[in-house]
Amino acid sequence: RQALRSAAGPEVDFARAEREHQLYVGVLRGKLGLQVLELPADESLPDCVFVEDAAVVCEETALLTRPGAPSRRKEVEAMKRALESLNLNIVEMVDENAALDGGDVLFTGREFFVGLSRRTNQRGAEILADTFKDYAVSTVPVHDALHLKSFCSMAGPNLIAIGSSEAAQKALKTMQQMSDHRYDKLTVPDDAAANCIYLNIPSKGHVLLHRAPEEYPESAKVFEKLKDHMLIPIANTELEKVDGALTCCSVLINKSSEL
Amino acid sequence: MTTEVGSETEVKKDSEQLGPDKGKDKPEEVSETPENQKSRETFSEEAQDSSPVPAPTSQSSLSSQKKEKSSPERKGISRFLPPWLKKQKSYTLAEPKDETKKRTTEEEQVAQESECQTPEGVAQPKKSLKEAAAENQHNAKADDKEEKHSVSIAETQSAKEDGKEIEVEKVPEGKEEKQEEKDKRETKEVQTAEIKRENIPQKSPKKIKTVQCKVVLLDGTEFSCDLEKRAKGQVLFDKVCEHLNLLEKDYFGLSFYENSEQKNWLDSSKEIKRQIRSLPWIFTFNVKFYPPDPSQLTEDITRYFLCLQLRQDIASGRLPCSFVTHALLGSYTLQAELGDHDPEEHRSDYISEFQFAPNQTQEMEEKVAELHKTHRGLTPAQADSQFLENAKRLSMYGVDLHHAKDSEGVDIMLGVCANGLLIYKDRLRINRFAWPKILKISYKRSNFYIKVRPAELEQFESTIGFKLPNHRAAKRLWKVCVEHHTFFRLVSPEQPPKAKFLTLGSKFRYSGRTQAQTRQASNLIDRPAPYFERTSSKRVSRSLDGAPMGISDQNLLRDFPATARQAAGDKILDLDAAGQAKLKEGGREEDGSPVKTPQLELTQDGKSNSLRVDGENIYVRHSNLMLEDLDKTQDDLLKHQASISELKRNFMESTPEPRPNEWEKRRITPLSLQTQGSSHETLDIVEEKKQAEVGIEETLVVDETNKGKMQVATGAGETCKVEEHLSKKDSSSLPSDSSSSSSSSESEDEEVGEYQPHHRATEEVIREEPEDDDVKRKEHEEKIQHVEATPEGSKLNVPVEHTQVTAEDLVQENAVTIATEEKNLSEEIKQDLGEEKEEEQLRLNGDVSHVDIDVAPQIICCSEPPVVKTEMITISDATQRTEISTKEVPIVQTETKTITYESPQFDSSAGGNAGVLLSAQTITSESISTTTTTHITKMVKGGVSETRIEKRIVITGDADIDHDEALAQAIKEAKEQHPDMSVTRVVVHKETELAEEDEE
Repeated sequence: RQALRSAAGPEVDFARAEREHQLYVGVLRGKLGLQVLELPADESLPDCVFVEDAAVVCEETALLTRPGAPSRRKEVEAMKRALESLNLNIVEMVDENAALDGGDVLFTGREFFVGLSRRTNQRGAEILADTFKDYAVSTVPVHDALHLKSFCSMAGPNLIAIGSSEAAQKALKTMQQMSDHRYDKLTVPDDAAANCIYLNIPSKGHVLLHRAPEEYPESAKVFEKLKDHMLIPIANTELEKVDGALTCCSVLINKSSEL
Repeated sequence: MTTEVGSETEVKKDSEQLGPDKGKDKPEEVSETPENQKSRETFSEEAQDSSPVPAPTSQSSLSSQKKEKSSPERKGISRFLPPWLKKQKSYTLAEPKDETKKRTTEEEQVAQESECQTPEGVAQPKKSLKEAAAENQHNAKADDKEEKHSVSIAETQSAKEDGKEIEVEKVPEGKEEKQEEKDKRETKEVQTAEIKRENIPQKSPKKIKTVQCKVVLLDGTEFSCDLEKRAKGQVLFDKVCEHLNLLEKDYFGLSFYENSEQKNWLDSSKEIKRQIRSLPWIFTFNVKFYPPDPSQLTEDITRYFLCLQLRQDIASGRLPCSFVTHALLGSYTLQAELGDHDPEEHRSDYISEFQFAPNQTQEMEEKVAELHKTHRGLTPAQADSQFLENAKRLSMYGVDLHHAKDSEGVDIMLGVCANGLLIYKDRLRINRFAWPKILKISYKRSNFYIKVRPAELEQFESTIGFKLPNHRAAKRLWKVCVEHHTFFRLVSPEQPPKAKFLTLGSKFRYSGRTQAQTRQASNLIDRPAPYFERTSSKRVSRSLDGAPMGISDQNLLRDFPATARQAAGDKILDLDAAGQAKLKEGGREEDGSPVKTPQLELTQDGKSNSLRVDGENIYVRHSNLMLEDLDKTQDDLLKHQASISELKRNFMESTPEPRPNEWEKRRITPLSLQTQGSSHETLDIVEEKKQAEVGIEETLVVDETNKGKMQVATGAGETCKVEEHLSKKDSSSLPSDSSSSSSSSESEDEEVGEYQPHHRATEEVIREEPEDDDVKRKEHEEKIQHVEATPEGSKLNVPVEHTQVTAEDLVQENAVTIATEEKNLSEEIKQDLGEEKEEEQLRLNGDVSHVDIDVAPQIICCSEPPVVKTEMITISDATQRTEISTKEVPIVQTETKTITYESPQFDSSAGGNAGVLLSAQTITSESISTTTTTHITKMVKGGVSETRIEKRIVITGDADIDHDEALAQAIKEAKEQHPDMSVTRVVVHKETELAEEDEE
């Protein structure tokens, strides 16, 4: 079975995709010293590599989502098992009217923005708001993109990386208006490159995984201006063909696991 | 500066004219209002002795200016006092604490002496007399000028710092008198002292009726006291704060419940009785403004009360938080109330006596206990601080929710908070309007509107409407918005709109101190940290379930929104606001019959105020300031504000207040005196200008919100718009008033009122921001007045335009334009100009630009509605010539007639070269059926300055309206208002539906 994709395009080179993914995991585990819990691949769930969509984890609480694509709902089961093993407070989204992909959830550290997209609806956002009551949850209409995070992500404690497309800029404006807080923004030429992974690791400081210069040279130059960050370029050419971004392939959990 | 000089000179003039100014004035006052004087004295004494209350009043006048100058010496209670009072204090009272003692003792004595519930008030009169004598002596020493001057002048001068304490005392007196006279509801007498005073003069202590009053405090205990039946909210609030030993009280307020969900804030500036009506006198003490950064509070005791409030909020579910946060906050509560975890003492179940969350589980309690152990060593104050640091980050912290529906009928919640207005749908934030984005806030019936600044790339402002459950809810929301905006965004509160203006609706303004002010005051607190006992929250949390009516926590999150806050003028009058109020009053006095005493006039104001109560209300923000703030840090903001107030102070100092009788005096007095007098008037003018702004805003509102309704509602609905263009010799304010009054009679809808809140902001803004139209207007007005100061050679031109416009919906409009024109001799002009220049320079210092000059004077405003036939009749005053012209317009349904009565004089002035336009301004006020536009143009032609006032009155209404009478009335009023001017032109423009009878 093929992964869902928003537009027909070149075939995914599975071998290469696997290599890229192994590199991704290798960076997280080896280079950064994170504990990485890999979920077993399920051939019946072609999108299962995009674990981000199955759960939203913030502090001690994990919300198991109800992915907007029916074919992906089963992915949550494996995620649930994994999160239970981590002793998190788990909240399940059982409402059948709710839909939420983790890719639509941007947590800034101060608040949530939830993209209302083809995969995420109001009800899903409400449940998220009920789950994480400490934080403001603002909704952001997402057009012309799969997810909210298809064109943005956090690139630092107070820094939003944002693509240059009209849709991205519009969404950013919305977020800025909705927030009591003022974020810095890092505008990159390519929407896809705006999806990066920021980690604050005690021993390493600010770490940023971003798309490789070979893929998005102009955007990479922008990232390279971040002097305080440890920058790690990572290629994601194959998964991008099926709408995969860097954040899609992991769920970051701030917890030392007893595994 | 120049103005100052002017004021002094004026003083002289006054003395000359009036002769023994002081002698005359004072005796008169005394004789007229002996009680008042007593009260004054009382007041002053109070101010000295104790109550923070007086400070606001007295401050109000001088506040902005002196406040900043005030020295850090102030201590304790004294910090509330204006600098000058404080200084005085220093003489009389050795220490703040002593003051308190004195006060209390005083009170006790009083209590003993009389059964009166307001001991202070009683006691004070005695002292007041003594002191009065002393004061007089002091006064004698003080500048004669000042004394001679009426209170208003004294105020302004005191601003100079020459006035000194003595003067100060006077000032408050004057104000208070006025205020007393004013409608109690509308007046911003916030201070206890004032209130007491009020009561005193009216009733002898024996007769005072008292009511028992209960206040549920944040720790769940009850505070009872007896209150004079007509006491204002401030009295009770002060008592409660005194009981609590709370100094930083501006964040708090008293609330009462209409029913279980309708939470209203007790307006401290109004009588309690009138607010709660038949409800029992039971109140709850609550946090009203949640400080965004509690660590900036000065005293631990304040933080403690904030903690108590938040514990209620959390336990009731009103402030949602996650499991982890519940546990963490709970653990800090334990640490604060129980101290370090003691395994011996704190057994497993010790926690379950507390309530940390609406739905508390065993698991949560275990977590709380676990976390409690980690806080070992934290003092109660530290634990409270930690509690607050975590609580303040909660997204709903300080958000006051109100149920509403959007334009599509979808249920939403409107959340008012420190930063603006938040829109929620099912707990999701779907929109947010920061205060700087909001230009205007209004409500009409059950609708609530915000007018929003255009987004980037957008050209037009948009108005967004929400439907509240009912009118009261809309008003509550509106008030909460006004209060929050004022408290968190402004340096000092705005004064309420003037009563004169026709505006319907609430004049409500937040009358307390703003956060900036309260912080400033808090910095001066210099008392040892008061000891207070942290009562266990057990009781409170449990009682929540039982829900004593006093406790606000009862409402669940859902209910939360329902608890809208009603007007809560809990706070003390803003210094600036009070000052402005005075100014206004002064202006009125002048405008009004010279003979009248200020009090009388005030009374009048009060009446007019009452008219407004239920109208549609608009709160307009002058957002230039706000915009700036957006990019500024808090510190910058404060600096900015400080600089503004500095400018303002300068301004105030330069412009003394007009005296009541000045107008008359001026007439009599030689030119030079008059010129000087003009400076006094300037202040009035400013006030007037503000009003003008209001009016304009209202008009806008009407256009946006009301028109549709009006047209739709009644096929035959009638709108009367009256536009008056009057040039006033003395003050522009008069015309507006008169027009407003005339139109007011016609206004019917109580639910439609309009309100502009941001005068204050405007003032401040004005000085710094040249772009502000209002500012310009004010300036212009001032100029105008200077020029106008020369009475000679002025004619009264009253063009009256009577217009009937028939819209498709059968609406007829009647427009009456009255233009008054005044010409001044060149000599006089020169003098005036000199003054003007000076004035301008002052302005320039304030960075105000006179860009507005380009405003073209529009003498005749005709309606351009779909008109089929137009008939134009021009009748000159002398010749009675008539011109008739007809023009054809595509639409056939309407008929328009224009009749112009014109005097020959007018022709010369009108037809001539444009000359130099010095200033032009337009003031519009509108009621439901009447729109009054006053257009004041000042020009200089060949050494002659000419001031023209055009009033355009548009009356829209049924054929029943007697337009001729309306016209006559308008002309009459115009003449009365500007006796020095001549009516040069009256244009009546009528538009009628063809089917209808033609009035003319």
